[in-house]
Amino acid sequence: MRLIKYLLVGAFFGILMAKSEAFSWYRIQEMFRFQAFHMYGIIGTAVVLGALGIFVIKKFKVRDINGELIAIAPKDRSFYRYFLGGTIFGLGWALGGACPGPMVVSIGYGVLPMLIVFFFAIVGTYLYGQIRERLPH
Amino acid sequence: MWEFIINPWPWWFSGAAIAFTMFALLLFGRSFGLSSNLRTLCAIATNRRSKFFDFDWKKESWNLVFLAGAVIGGFLTSTYLNSGEAVQISQATLQDLAELGFGAPSTSSSGVQPDELFSWQNALTLRGFLILASAGLLVGLGTRYAGGCTSGHAISGLSDLQIPSLFAVVGFFAGGLVMTHFIYPLIF
Repeated sequence: MRLIKYLLVGAFFGILMAKSEAFSWYRIQEMFRFQAFHMYGIIGTAVVLGALGIFVIKKFKVRDINGELIAIAPKDRSFYRYFLGGTIFGLGWALGGACPGPMVVSIGYGVLPMLIVFFFAIVGTYLYGQIRERLPH
Repeated sequence: MWEFIINPWPWWFSGAAIAFTMFALLLFGRSFGLSSNLRTLCAIATNRRSKFFDFDWKKESWNLVFLAGAVIGGFLTSTYLNSGEAVQISQATLQDLAELGFGAPSTSSSGVQPDELFSWQNALTLRGFLILASAGLLVGLGTRYAGGCTSGHAISGLSDLQIPSLFAVVGFFAGGLVMTHFIYPLIF
C-alpha cells in the first residue's frame, strides 16, 4: 500500500509526458533543430519552478513525510563523466527521440517497438558497469 | 476543463506538471530520476553478481513502481485522453524531416512516433533494428556514465543549481545536435 502513491505519481508523469508530447520523436527533432519553443518552454518552466520551490524548501527547512529535511543529493565534482556521459546520452536521445521516461510512456501508449530501445538501454547500463573502470571520470 | 485535458497540453502547464512530479517525490522522501531504474533492472537481471550492480535493489523498488505508473499513464492517455490528432510540429521541421525521408506525423499510425523507425515492419529490418538498438545502448551507457538522465540532471539537478548537472545537460545537447545535424544526414 505504501507503494501505491508512487504508482499514482508515475501515472501522472506518464500522462503528462504523453499530453505534453515531450515523449514524441518529432518534438525532440523540432527541439534539436531549434524550430519551436515548445520543448524549451516545458524544460524552462520546470526548471524555473523547480528552482523556486527548492529555494523555498531550503529556506524554510521543509521536511518530507518521514520527517527528514528535503534535499537533492549533491553530485560528485567532476567534468569528464558528466560531459562525456552526457554527450553519449544525447546521441542516443536524438537518435531514438526518447530518454528513459518517454521510452516506457511510449510502450504504454502502444508503440511496442520501443521495447527494443528500452531493452538495449538496460544493456547499455550493464555495459557501463562492465567498462566503467576504463573510462575517464 | 475536459477540453483542456484532452487537447495537447501547453508548454507552461506541462512544465509546471513536471515540477509538481519532482516535488511530490521529494515530499515522499525520494528523488526524481528515471534512469536509476535501468541500474536496478541490471541488478535484478544479474542477481548482483557484478560489483557495480551489487546493491540492495529492493530499496529502489519504489522507483520501479513509479516506472510502471508511467507505462500505465501512457496507456491511459492513448486510450482515454486521446485528442485523436497527430502531433503538430513546425513547418520547418516537417520540411527538414521530409528531406530525410520521414513523413508527417499521422493518425494512421501512433501519431506520436514515426513509422519509419517505430513500425514493426521497419523495426525488424536489420537496419531498423540496429538504429533502435544503438539508440538504447547510447542512452543506457551515457546516462549511467553521466549519473542521470533528463529528469535527474536537467530537471532535479538544474533546479538545485548543481554545476555537474549543467555539464551533463550541455553534453545532452552537444550529443543531440551532433546526431541531428551531422549523423542523421549520413544514416537517413
